[in-house]
Amino acid sequence: MLTKRIIPCLDVKDNRVVKGVNFLNLRDAGDPVELGKKYSDEGADELVFLDITATIRNNKTIVDLVERVAENVFIPFTVGGGVTTADEIDTLLRSGAEKVSINTAAVLNPRVLSESADRFGAQCVVLAIDSKRDPKTGRHIVHLKGGREATTIDTIEWAIEAEKLGAGEILLTSMDADGTKAGYDIELTSAVADAVNIPVIASGGAGDMSTFRDVLTAGKADAVLAASVFHYGEYSIHDAKEYLAKEGLPIRL
Amino acid sequence: MIVVIDYSVGNVKSVCNALKFIGCENELSNDFDKIRTADGIILPGVAAFGFAAAALGETAEVIKEVAKAGKPLLGICVGFQLLFDSSCELGYHSGLSLVEGKVVPLPSNVTVPHMGWNRVEIPEDMTLLKGLRTSEHFYFAHSFHAQLTDKDAKVAYTEYDKPLVASVQKDNIFGVQFHPEKSGDVGMAVLRNFESICKGELK
Repeated sequence: MLTKRIIPCLDVKDNRVVKGVNFLNLRDAGDPVELGKKYSDEGADELVFLDITATIRNNKTIVDLVERVAENVFIPFTVGGGVTTADEIDTLLRSGAEKVSINTAAVLNPRVLSESADRFGAQCVVLAIDSKRDPKTGRHIVHLKGGREATTIDTIEWAIEAEKLGAGEILLTSMDADGTKAGYDIELTSAVADAVNIPVIASGGAGDMSTFRDVLTAGKADAVLAASVFHYGEYSIHDAKEYLAKEGLPIRL
Repeated sequence: MIVVIDYSVGNVKSVCNALKFIGCENELSNDFDKIRTADGIILPGVAAFGFAAAALGETAEVIKEVAKAGKPLLGICVGFQLLFDSSCELGYHSGLSLVEGKVVPLPSNVTVPHMGWNRVEIPEDMTLLKGLRTSEHFYFAHSFHAQLTDKDAKVAYTEYDKPLVASVQKDNIFGVQFHPEKSGDVGMAVLRNFESICKGELK
């Protein structure tokens, strides 16, 4: 049986992992390769590296980073942040990334999804969606540029469209839940998971370990992404996986 | 020396990184002489089947030639799928026909791609999987799977609604649908076994 994945997210700036609260007060949290190895040893199923400056474009630094991670960490990892073209994806895959996530560029130019899926296979193409609930209508709306720019696009409709275009996985961040530690957005996650037939990674809202259980069961997510709960050592990845296994979820231990 | 076939698709370097990590001498190459003199060949692959088959080009004949002559060959993911007769991914494509069977889409009642860590039941008689526990988790990422019809092939399965072929072995031909190079310590153990097979230390 396929196991549920626990994925720590490492925010990267200038080749270092940074920690902060809502992108503010960034602090150096160490070397991406060392942290990646540490998480891998603790039982992480995958890693996500996010360039928070969104300057992957023409950025040799991130390519060097991807190469160093790939030489030292032997679990899958995804790279994202400002990726716009299939050629950039090609470079990152060749440098050793397993998957590349695309966010804003896929909305502005949806063909980048189909072109990438045809060239590299859907399993390398992760569509990242930053979603926020419109309090007036209750609809979940896609936001761009790190959440700074609202669109009129419905999140669930965009997820369905992206799957048709060739996305192999959806990394779904609830901007409402993000940073609250009050739990993942169960309603949004399950709505997207029901609407598509590709895996959905839930992001935003990780708190105590039961928040993982809830989004992996009621939220129907295939995987969970979390950053600060792991970075600040509230519990280890191994603790979380033991807890989830005890709760009866299929987990790799 | 193990030659990892360089056919310019996706993430072939990861396999070299993993081999380097376990201390196995290797080279990423498409040179026919190097393929002919290597102790063993790894055919990696991250791409659509047809794209990979086209990118392989004339190298396919050299791989078939050395494989039929008994050189150990390990196919990984799409490289594993290429060992079979054909695939219907984005049109009909011929494979290397080293193992009888065809590559077909995963059924529509499961989440596709089959992506993540799944448990593989380890048969006792498969050299490549020697020394592992009776079941182990490996990392999978694929949308098509192999339907094996070869009666001479040994096979290991994973469960994804139905049993899926996770690994095959037919004489000197080995294949894994999962990614050993991305499967942590257990994956490294599989690559070490392949190195031992190539050196003639493991039979």
